[in-house]
Amino acid sequence: MAEKVLMKGNEAIAEAAIRCGCLHYFGYPITPQTEVAAYMAKRMPKVGGTFLQAESEVAAINMVIGVSSTGKRVMTSSSSPGVSLKSEGISYLAGCDLPALVVNVQRGGPGLGGIQPSQSDYFQSTKGGGHGDYHNIVLAPASVQEMADLTVKGFELADKYSMVSMILADGTMGQMMEPVDLEIGEVKKYEKPWALTGTKMERAHNIVNSLFLSPEELEKKNFERYDKYKVVEENEVMYEEYLMDDADICLVAFGISARVSKNAVNEARKAGIKAGLIRPITLWPFPKKVLREAADKCKAFICVEMNMGQMIEDVELAIRCKKPVYLCNRTGGMIPDPADVLKMIKDVNEKGGNE
Amino acid sequence: MEHKRVTLFAGHYGSGKTNIAVNYALKLKKDGEKVVIADLDIVNPYFRTKDSKDVLEKNGIKLISSEFANSNVDFPALPQEMYEVTDNKSEFAVLDIGGDDRGAYALGRYTPSIKEENNYEMLLVINKYRPLTADAESVVEIMREIELAGGIAFTGIVNNSNLGEETTAQTVLNSVEYASEVSRITGLPVKMTSVQQSLYDELKDKIDNVFPLKLQHKITQEV
Repeated sequence: MAEKVLMKGNEAIAEAAIRCGCLHYFGYPITPQTEVAAYMAKRMPKVGGTFLQAESEVAAINMVIGVSSTGKRVMTSSSSPGVSLKSEGISYLAGCDLPALVVNVQRGGPGLGGIQPSQSDYFQSTKGGGHGDYHNIVLAPASVQEMADLTVKGFELADKYSMVSMILADGTMGQMMEPVDLEIGEVKKYEKPWALTGTKMERAHNIVNSLFLSPEELEKKNFERYDKYKVVEENEVMYEEYLMDDADICLVAFGISARVSKNAVNEARKAGIKAGLIRPITLWPFPKKVLREAADKCKAFICVEMNMGQMIEDVELAIRCKKPVYLCNRTGGMIPDPADVLKMIKDVNEKGGNE
Repeated sequence: MEHKRVTLFAGHYGSGKTNIAVNYALKLKKDGEKVVIADLDIVNPYFRTKDSKDVLEKNGIKLISSEFANSNVDFPALPQEMYEVTDNKSEFAVLDIGGDDRGAYALGRYTPSIKEENNYEMLLVINKYRPLTADAESVVEIMREIELAGGIAFTGIVNNSNLGEETTAQTVLNSVEYASEVSRITGLPVKMTSVQQSLYDELKDKIDNVFPLKLQHKITQEV
């Protein structure tokens, strides 16, 4: 293991990206993700890469489309309002089956919202955001170490499946500082025979395109893409289980909410309540199977989210509404207090499985 | 170390300036001085001197900061009462400067008065474990950028090398050589080595001028 360094989550994303061969970054500053761009601005020239502050988020995502179509690793980052602007380009990336890493360090919304942390872009990231039938692989880090690790994982998955990987973090994750090990090991590389690298008069030319005017052809493309998504759902689900072996109450939370929830689970255990936590690390593909299995053992579920209740819909679907699912939430930039989560665990424990 | 009337803490963002500034102000107060602390960081709206408002007020230290700090408004403005730090020479002033050269630009309008009075210490906060200041050459690069932006030269170094909650005495000891190297290249003295309170006893006889820090702000929950 290499010597650890002390980093902000935003910096960890940037450094990990460079270390796994991403030499092209296009972005636009917005709180609370600006350190990604600031770090890239300092580092990219030193490693022979490209840092470009575009004139807007829309321009940045289109630059990502350009570089990705040449087969190079490329990324952009923003925060909620900026990701909305990028959504058109993300849909085009999906329509062209191009890999890229898009980072969303979420802040409060809708609209300009606020600059404090939030998790209210869950729907936007996992259900589309842009137009058309498509998915992004969505990764939700819960520590600065995971900001780095999931950046590496995100690039690998993006290349493996020719898809957009999204890091769905929040302002707390982006701003907080923790020790991190940046030794990323061997970087997996994938062949990209579709890349626009020039035919050198040796092959037929490649085309990267999302326009298919023939309905038959467009339908075929969509079916093929969803066959690919099925493979992703079967093979790439990631989650963490905490004290779930004998849990009566199952908390479900990601990112910073999962850290708060873990504390609440520990406190509940001290109070004699068998609480546990399932922390989805991939929000898409969503860890449906482990939740469905938990529904056979647990009395009830509690979703802890910093939004008005978004992931809770996926939890209810995953467990097929077998058990009640309660929402413990804060919004507007507020982080749930472990004491509030604990109170809810106690209330739900008393109610048992009865709504 | 002897106290100058104005003490400025600047450096790479995330180097620990705010925490040191707050602790230093508390120490000045304890030494019986009249103290004002000013938050000149208009770059990062997340971690601010204002986070320590309660502890400062409780100790009778006046805090001057952007009225927009810690609000939901991303607005880089400083209040007019900030001129108190240069105009009221009857009190000691501790200035928390924003990170990097971007943060130091806001200092520029106060430096002519600070230099004219010539009773200041401009301290460069460094942390070996921050990747962009991991070696002496990188520190010098950021240091020159800050000096250019703020229009004022550093007079000393604060070695605040730490790994957050994983910091041990050895972590700090391993940074002594790094701080000396920065000192050698820049010609600036290492004025103090700041360490968390719990490591103070273990380190006070091994390193000169160890300054104990009480961590003022903690937002992270344990995993």
